[in-house]
Amino acid sequence: MKTDIILAGVGGQGILSIASIIGDAAINENLFLKQAETHGMSQRGGAVQSHLRISDCEIAADLIPMGKADLILSVEPMEALRYLPFLSPEGYVVTNTTPFINIPNYPDVDAVLAEIEKQPHFVAIDADKIAAEIGNKRASNVVMLGAATPFLNIEPEKIEAGIAHIFSRKGEAVVEMNRKAFKAGLDFAMANK
Amino acid sequence: MQKNLFLGVEAIGQGAIDGGISGVYAYPGTPSTEITEFIQENELALQKGIRSKWSANEKTAYEAALGMSYAGKRSMVCMKHVGLNVAADAFINSAITGINGGLIVTVADDPSMHSSQNEQDSRFYGKFAMIPILEPSNQQEAYDMVREGFELSEKLEVPVMVRITTRLAHSRAGVVRSEVLPEKEVLLPADPSQFVLLPAIARRRYKGLLEKQELFEKTAKKSKYNEYIKGEDKSFGIIACGIAFNYLKENYPKGDCPYTVLKLSQYPVPQKYLDKMAKHCEEVLVLEEGYPVVEEHIKAAFKKDIQVSGRLSGALPRDGELNADLVAKALGKETQLGADVPDLVVNRPPALCQGCGHQDMYKALNQALDKYTKGRVFSDIGCYTLGALPPYKSIYSCVDMGASVTMAKGAADAGLIPSVAVIGDSTFTHSGITGLLDAVNDEANIVVVISDNESVSMTGGQESSALGKIESICAGVGVDPNHIRVLTPLKKYHDMMVQTFEEEIAYDGVSVIVFRRECIQAAAKRLRKEKKMKDNPNK
Repeated sequence: MKTDIILAGVGGQGILSIASIIGDAAINENLFLKQAETHGMSQRGGAVQSHLRISDCEIAADLIPMGKADLILSVEPMEALRYLPFLSPEGYVVTNTTPFINIPNYPDVDAVLAEIEKQPHFVAIDADKIAAEIGNKRASNVVMLGAATPFLNIEPEKIEAGIAHIFSRKGEAVVEMNRKAFKAGLDFAMANK
Repeated sequence: MQKNLFLGVEAIGQGAIDGGISGVYAYPGTPSTEITEFIQENELALQKGIRSKWSANEKTAYEAALGMSYAGKRSMVCMKHVGLNVAADAFINSAITGINGGLIVTVADDPSMHSSQNEQDSRFYGKFAMIPILEPSNQQEAYDMVREGFELSEKLEVPVMVRITTRLAHSRAGVVRSEVLPEKEVLLPADPSQFVLLPAIARRRYKGLLEKQELFEKTAKKSKYNEYIKGEDKSFGIIACGIAFNYLKENYPKGDCPYTVLKLSQYPVPQKYLDKMAKHCEEVLVLEEGYPVVEEHIKAAFKKDIQVSGRLSGALPRDGELNADLVAKALGKETQLGADVPDLVVNRPPALCQGCGHQDMYKALNQALDKYTKGRVFSDIGCYTLGALPPYKSIYSCVDMGASVTMAKGAADAGLIPSVAVIGDSTFTHSGITGLLDAVNDEANIVVVISDNESVSMTGGQESSALGKIESICAGVGVDPNHIRVLTPLKKYHDMMVQTFEEEIAYDGVSVIVFRRECIQAAAKRLRKEKKMKDNPNK
């Protein structure tokens, strides 16, 4: 088994926290893992990406080769498109549809979404809206994690356990809210993939 | 065996702790910062009292690490590649003094310039200083090399360089730890003249360093990190340095590379391996991250005519970091490309955070300089360098740490009046103070803006050496206290800021205007911490 994931977003959106939940689950499953992150200047509102590689055998490179990624998981729609050259023909784009507009020349949002819908395999989900409905806008990354879970080759229960573990310090209410966010994302992806 | 999920930089921090260091010395710089941060926060390191506070710059860090080595204890100094330029004087000479306690200098290069001004290759510096270089190919090797590197340094009696690049620094993988080695006791060098580089002693010690080169090469030949892997097709050889070995392996996932491969992770390049390669190979491809250091070396070192390819020959790009696709192309393998990036996708460059004090400073500066021709503001290395981008477009230089002050002075000397320097608090204490002294002594007509956010922000909010000291430093250097102005960069003080600029531009002499407001990221972090303390007072 091998899952190569490009995580994409804008500096400050918290893609590394998504990566760490998946990473913990992979290590608990005794899988091999490599995860290359963007640190430094881009973290100030620039485009950021992380290459997350999970496998049951040893992984050579820290970076995913072009055209080989199984999944682009993006918390922002234009950022999902930026990494298409990495995606394999069978790979999935799973993206949030809420744009993060911090530049004056951000393209027309409908045109961005139309490009995503042109992809052969995609899940486009308004994670911000779903998170707000559940009761906390900040849970949108957990909604995205749920939406990506069908493509990770790790059982959803294992990821959910990781979420519970990470949020356990913040009390049962926060854990329950994030479980809900995770399930909402997962259900949406299962229904729309 | 328990695996720890470590970034390359964290593996190095853990390796140093487990290798028995008594101190780490560093100035923050991407991609090296987290090595020191890891040690600062590590429980075992805290328990052992390993010294780990930030230094004012890389030179002071290097010299302090050398001092700890002189006293017999193991130490590590860490920096980004351009930091070694700052520390170069100490670095080169420390190869001649040699060491007492084991000394590792860890340098993180940034090919592709993700967060840097250049992509210089520290292996050149290692070769220049004539010391051994370790270049890990993965996180486990990074840990092992550092842990064992102090002993290597003690055995060879010189500092050892550990060279990594951004990709290894900031990539996580499972690392297995080994037993923790004990710290050393204070024990002065047996030869009291060892560190006294008077010409007569320096000449003797330099000869000694030259004589040791053969030993360094033999040690590299025996190193477990270098490996000569015979291939079925002996006509083609590949030398894969450091992390490039992984990109090669990525192209042969079943381990079925048909060619002879030299995995090179410890330098100097062992000549015996080259001789072995030269016996069979008609062509040798060099895969290396950074400059064509090995490619140039082997061209001269092969004693017969062998076709050498790599970054110089054009088989690989001359600049930028490597990846598996570039290596595949160099091997003549087909690569796969996903869909094109749609045309509507635009760049998203980094920007100053909303609410950042640098923004208010630049708005006032732009207004104050509006009546003059453009091109009068020299800046420096830090978040405020983003003032070069729209909507500010305020600054016209960013060269090296501290250069804003001295370049503004040089331009003023040439007659460019007004001439303004914009420098951050931490960059000022790193390398700006001596330039300010020059300006004062020469009675230069410049305005120096110290945009003080009370932390080293670009690298993640480390403690600034300048904290609480800026006005007294400026006065101590000789700036007239009437022309040391302190303001709070906030929208509501905009007019006052513009007026202060105008007054100090009108003054014929050295002015310093300090704009002081806490970094917005640091403030948010502090508030979160305070809230946590309030919610859980017992934790």
